[in-house]
Amino acid sequence: MLQIVSATKFFKGQKIFSKLDLTVAKGCFHVIVGPSGCGKSTLFDGLTGVFPLDEGSLSWNHETLLSLKDHASYMQQKDMLLPWFSLLDNALLPAKTGGQDIKKATKQARSLFQRLGLKGYESHFASQVSGGMRQRCALVRTLMFNRDLILLDEPLSALDTITRRSLQSLLLLLQTEFKKTILMITHDIEEALLLADEIYLFSKRPMSISRHFVLDSPKPRKFNDPTLLNIKADVLDKLEGDLIHEQG
Amino acid sequence: MNRVNLLAVLFMGLILGLWEVFVRIMAVPIFILPPPSSIFAVALVQAPLILPHALVTLTEIVMGIGLAVCTAIPLAIVMFAKPTLEKAFAPFLVASQAIPVFAIAPLLVVWLGYGIASKVFMAWIIIFFPICVSLLEGFKSCDPEFRVLFRLMGASFFKTLRLLYWPWALPRFFAGLKVGVTVATIGAVIGEWVGAQQGLGFLMIQSNARLQVDIVFAAILWLTAMGLAMWWLVGILEKKVITWK
Repeated sequence: MLQIVSATKFFKGQKIFSKLDLTVAKGCFHVIVGPSGCGKSTLFDGLTGVFPLDEGSLSWNHETLLSLKDHASYMQQKDMLLPWFSLLDNALLPAKTGGQDIKKATKQARSLFQRLGLKGYESHFASQVSGGMRQRCALVRTLMFNRDLILLDEPLSALDTITRRSLQSLLLLLQTEFKKTILMITHDIEEALLLADEIYLFSKRPMSISRHFVLDSPKPRKFNDPTLLNIKADVLDKLEGDLIHEQG
Repeated sequence: MNRVNLLAVLFMGLILGLWEVFVRIMAVPIFILPPPSSIFAVALVQAPLILPHALVTLTEIVMGIGLAVCTAIPLAIVMFAKPTLEKAFAPFLVASQAIPVFAIAPLLVVWLGYGIASKVFMAWIIIFFPICVSLLEGFKSCDPEFRVLFRLMGASFFKTLRLLYWPWALPRFFAGLKVGVTVATIGAVIGEWVGAQQGLGFLMIQSNARLQVDIVFAAILWLTAMGLAMWWLVGILEKKVITWK
């Protein structure tokens, strides 16, 4: 279980967020939705220890940690594939840097390539494949960390709508097939509705949780699910309210 | 041949043509300024005289480049890994470039002798700087987001260096190497001017004293050809190494 208690972060004397509480139970898929620029990525930087939190505590599986650096894998909007490596070698990076058994890791990576629809592209370079393929490869690399917790920072927002839909079903596999615990940031409400067990709606600075939704309809979900549509209307209402409030 | 190459050749031809015409019309004596045609002729006819000297100079330059590469890479890595050391070394690096090589050339001959060592050293001083600095800048230009990714993967400095920083910096390294090989001739030739028994610089000084200006120019032609050839070879090496661009 991932537990964030009273997380606080200042930047240049300005409060980005304070006393933020968030819990993701083991095997759950929680999604943070919020307007762009509200500080969602700063929260992730705090979790991964890139820019540590100023206050608050973190724990993973009841172990208190300074950061999730050695416990979480991380995927973001940019695919971050290295142009001098083939897709397979890119996927093997966590194995190479983490001193895993390369033979075993290669076998694992190849089967993930097959599972995520990249078979036959192992020796291609990132520049030779589409944005969707690159993000699939980034997803394989994320799984190759072999860590139980996954942080996703708008992983699909650089993709076109059609590609995004097909990759959303792969993100769902992280939970259903690979049994990971996932915390994702997105600003795509429909994406959140399709994937999340719980949605945290964040407000603008100082960032705080303005609403919390629990979604219990079974996955994979369809857009026309009435409960989802209700929640969607709720979320949009809330976001719009925040916007009007901001302008007023 | 593409358009740009064609233009370069045409421009070169124009300049050489003007030079040739000027010398012929003004009847400039051959010991003042020989026409390009006779320079090319001498460069070929006198090849048996010039080539052994060219070979010596080439050896000095190549050894200087080798030495520079072997020292610049570790130093750039050390300075990148420890910014405090970079601050400590930087003044010396800059000073090594600010002091004119002409000024220390006689000293080097005194210290290292008339042989090839003093010339290799001169070439090394000149080539070392652009390679080291461009490599260091290449390391530093690495996208911080990739550094974060490697940190999260738990990569050690040396693994990150091998898999990320080094390939990232390679284009800059080659840019520095290209500058290095083209200016390397300066170091070697100055070293030979000051004191040597062989080499193109030595040949130039000797021929100059005997008013054999055509030989001086022929030696310069060979030197230029060597510089161009090395530039070209580095370009080929770069294309072989950096396959992803």
